[in-house]
Amino acid sequence: MIKRGLFFHIGKYFLLMKKVFAKPEKHSIYYQQFLKEIENLGVNSLGIVAIISIFMGAVITIQTAYNIENPLLPTYLIGVAARDSILLEFSSTMVALILAGKVGSSIASELGTMRVTEQIDALEIMGVNSAGYLIMPKILAAMVFNPLLTLISMVVGISGGWAIGTLTDVITTQEFILGIRYAFIPYYITYSLIKTVVFAFIMTSIASYYGYYVEGGSLEVGRSSTRAVVYSSVVILLFNLILTKLLLS
Amino acid sequence: MIEVKNVTKSFAGRVVLDNVSVNFEQGKTNLIIGQSGSGKTVLLKSIVGLHDIDSGEILFDEIDFTRMNFADKKEIRKEIGMLFQGGALFDSSNVEENVRFPLDMFTEMSLHEKLDRVNFCLKCVKLENANKLYPSELSGGMKKRVAIARAISLNPKYLLCDEPNSGLDPMTSLVIDSLIKEITEEFNITTIVNTHDMNSVMEIGEKIIFLKEGILAWEGTKKDIFKTDNEAITDFVYSSNLFKKIRKSQNKED
Repeated sequence: MIKRGLFFHIGKYFLLMKKVFAKPEKHSIYYQQFLKEIENLGVNSLGIVAIISIFMGAVITIQTAYNIENPLLPTYLIGVAARDSILLEFSSTMVALILAGKVGSSIASELGTMRVTEQIDALEIMGVNSAGYLIMPKILAAMVFNPLLTLISMVVGISGGWAIGTLTDVITTQEFILGIRYAFIPYYITYSLIKTVVFAFIMTSIASYYGYYVEGGSLEVGRSSTRAVVYSSVVILLFNLILTKLLLS
Repeated sequence: MIEVKNVTKSFAGRVVLDNVSVNFEQGKTNLIIGQSGSGKTVLLKSIVGLHDIDSGEILFDEIDFTRMNFADKKEIRKEIGMLFQGGALFDSSNVEENVRFPLDMFTEMSLHEKLDRVNFCLKCVKLENANKLYPSELSGGMKKRVAIARAISLNPKYLLCDEPNSGLDPMTSLVIDSLIKEITEEFNITTIVNTHDMNSVMEIGEKIIFLKEGILAWEGTKKDIFKTDNEAITDFVYSSNLFKKIRKSQNKED
């Protein structure tokens, strides 16, 4: 699979997406799958997102405090920096990269195992559009639920920053609140959510591509899972750059 | 009836099926036999469209399957039940959900009707009271029986079985064989079984085709096997000591 050219994979990926977004055989069954995937890919990621966000917020606060030890700079800037870093970059891109690892490998190995154990063939023989049935609910579930994860990450991340800032006496609660309210631009949240939706599509669709087209046995499933994480992470970083240029410039 | 006409299939330049033509008859258990790597599974998967053939035609009751678009193929596939080598049950679903899946997807039956149908299919494969078990809790033979139950849940016109006895002990193999035969006769369907197990050939084979290196080397009934002088099939059949002894005893009787 990897020996083939880049354009071969891009073409095959778009053909898969065409199959994925074909008309479902039965909407109610797809809806049930969608709800299952919300739980598998979204709700089950709440813990990891919360842990990452709280530590991320804490580290940003400490690092910012360390870097602005100039008495001419007001302390509330720690809150401003923490807020903007979390809203603009960390809650969308960092969380997406972590989820590309967790969710991406899970999707690729699930579909890969289904492929090598002929479960996907079984679906095809029944007359089911296997790509649509297996992949579309995953993509839609991530695109719908990940923005909620991003919002939770923002809240938890800022809370983590406030907690560590006050516990280590680098900033008071009043100064931190002043900082997170100072020159607040609500568009940053919109920007972050747009990125999250795009990243959710990228991570689930690329992982699905690598899982769906596994050839061989369990060893190949493992390799595909690794490839899924690596390529989806690279594409997420690339689109982060493109979207930032498009949405913020 | 399924007709295979001049089918050729190759992978990376290596010809796996070479101009194969055969008719699989309705109401009969049609067997494809041959050594490992002879093209049996490729033929079976080509028949259902899992492999695109290089040339030739495959007709389901005179309808050309090979030239159909994806949507039309889906309609034909709803009439096909297939038993895969490993069962191919959905790991995350229990037995009941596995058998119910085609009913959920393609029928407007009520839940009560679906459960009745599931229980009927499980009864056909003699697997009552296993509804809530998951594939990981089933033995190899049970998995194949559930897969047969799933394959017949939509009343298929065609039943295709890929090595139904692989990895099973002789007793369980007999159970699976007799199930396939019973289902074929009871529902008058076109059944194709792909096997290299000579016991299955003797148990359920009504029409047998022998593939050797992708070529249809012999065609006949199980009685014909003992009479034929075709070297390809005699080499295959009498590679087993048991069948050598059977042949010797038959020669003595003659």
